[in-house]
Amino acid sequence: MQQEPIIRLVNVSKDYNGTEALKSINLYIRKNEFLTLLGPSGCGKTTTLRIIGGFEQPTEGEVYFEGKNITNLPPYKRNINTVFQKYALFPNMDVEGNIAFGLLVKKVDKKIIKRKVAEMLELVNLKGFEKRSIDSLSGGQQQRVAIARALINEPEVLLLDEPLGALDLKLRKDMQVELKKIQQYLGITFVYVTHDQEEALSMSDTIVVMKDGEIQQIGTPEMIYNEPKNAFVADFIGESNIIPGRMVRDRVVNFSDRDFECVDTGFAENEMVDVVVRPEDVKIVKREEGMLEGEVESVTFKGVHYEMMVRTKGYRWMVQSTLMEPVGAKVGLKILPHDIHIMKRAVSE
Amino acid sequence: MKRTWYAYPYVVWLLIFIVVPLLLIVYYAFTEITDEGVRFTLNNIIRLRDPIYLRVFLRSVWLALISTIACLLIGYPVALILASKEYRKKRILALFFVIPMWINFLVRTYAWMTLLEKNSAINVILNFLKLPPLNILYTDQAVVLGMVYNFLPFMVLPIYSVLVKLDKSIIEAAEDLGANYFIILRKIIIPLSLPGVMSGITMVFMPAITTFVISRLLGGGHYTLIGNLIEQQFIFTGDWNFGSALSFVLMIIILLSMLIMRKYDKDYEGGGAIW
Repeated sequence: MQQEPIIRLVNVSKDYNGTEALKSINLYIRKNEFLTLLGPSGCGKTTTLRIIGGFEQPTEGEVYFEGKNITNLPPYKRNINTVFQKYALFPNMDVEGNIAFGLLVKKVDKKIIKRKVAEMLELVNLKGFEKRSIDSLSGGQQQRVAIARALINEPEVLLLDEPLGALDLKLRKDMQVELKKIQQYLGITFVYVTHDQEEALSMSDTIVVMKDGEIQQIGTPEMIYNEPKNAFVADFIGESNIIPGRMVRDRVVNFSDRDFECVDTGFAENEMVDVVVRPEDVKIVKREEGMLEGEVESVTFKGVHYEMMVRTKGYRWMVQSTLMEPVGAKVGLKILPHDIHIMKRAVSE
Repeated sequence: MKRTWYAYPYVVWLLIFIVVPLLLIVYYAFTEITDEGVRFTLNNIIRLRDPIYLRVFLRSVWLALISTIACLLIGYPVALILASKEYRKKRILALFFVIPMWINFLVRTYAWMTLLEKNSAINVILNFLKLPPLNILYTDQAVVLGMVYNFLPFMVLPIYSVLVKLDKSIIEAAEDLGANYFIILRKIIIPLSLPGVMSGITMVFMPAITTFVISRLLGGGHYTLIGNLIEQQFIFTGDWNFGSALSFVLMIIILLSMLIMRKYDKDYEGGGAIW
């Protein structure tokens, strides 16, 4: 299914008085997908979003919207709307005034505005809130108003800058589901910025992992989680055990003074690599049956599972298991070949 | 709660220098000294009905109003420019605004006297350019000019501080929704900066209605405002009772104008004040 991307960033760089916020980013966004820019703060994700929205001009490179160069187009000339981090609602207007703003500016007929505002309020589950003042709304409700306000202009792309950051966990989960629903219902493209990997994994069609102004990996949530491209991605997306290792030959890696069977090929013989193992993929077995021997150092109850730190010779393993071993227990660790992920050593480290 | 005693020195200060003098003014305003001693009277207030005094009151209010409006019309755009992205980093313009405030207010007003004289530098230049000379010293215009010049920073600074704190993403949101600068100014920036405007108006109107120095220096002796009248009663005439009555009425006028302002402020903040 080959489709013309709705947005394309070509060699986009951004420089703030000497500090490089973005280093030659190339990215395309497909129509109707839910794309998430994920990364720690300062990784350039918000800058990327602001460049797509038109609030910043890239120092170098171009932005294309449906094949047209929009690099220097102001925000209001783009068929893109934004939901801001702290909602940025107009405190001097009521809910209706906020949502209607985009249409009022365009001088749309009053009756149509009234109808569309009601439609939008229904979409975000705030029926009957027209005359409420912004101060009287909870954080979640303000968020809904911000979404409705951005959507009333019927943008083809909606940009969301950490929209759920200020909400508590429960509300955030609910809003995640709701946002996804809205996106599917309207069938428009969402570009979502977050530093919350769980949020990214549960909502996105495509995740773009960023660090220091560079894209680390682009892929579906499954790809990013199961096949992280480097140690940074592995560490950022969920917990990981990252151990320095050496490729003995194809399908065999050496770490912790022992050869392990794995499924990776294509590395040079004796190439130094990062070995990544997810904590849930480390099995605790009887001492004699394990590939590694260790002692449980700490146990934390996490609800669904226990998280244990197991000290072996040379490394502390994070292990997640539904079965608990007490602190001080001598245990064996077992790792299956397909749970071992081999990554090229990052050059900078 | 336990630390309230920290405030006691200030409370004492407040009592001695603000509450007691205020009570004294009220006391003097409603009493008169007769041969039998001091007694309560409304005569001091009734005396104000004399057209001479009424005219003074009216002129004071009028000139203060004009000055306040002029300050607002000049000050708002200045505050907008000062708060804009381009100027926020360079403090130069802001500095130009603050530097005159470092110089004593009397000195600055005397400087205007020199500037507005018949043979002033301004008139020399105007003459050189074959333009009619400026002869406004000792007129209402000079008084208003002096007030605007002296009180403009009090208008600019509160508006500026509100504008600077304005969440930029709100303005970006409006831009994002298709508003141009004038719509943003009218629908977002001005409404949201009203608290600053209100305190600016208060801070200009109050000193403007009570000034006696500017009117004496730039208005000449015959341009009397309430401030001059009160000063006269206390210092030259020695009629403390009438002076207090004048002060009392002036305070009432100021209080009333503050109440009116407050009401407009509230009306605005309510937004949909229907329910």
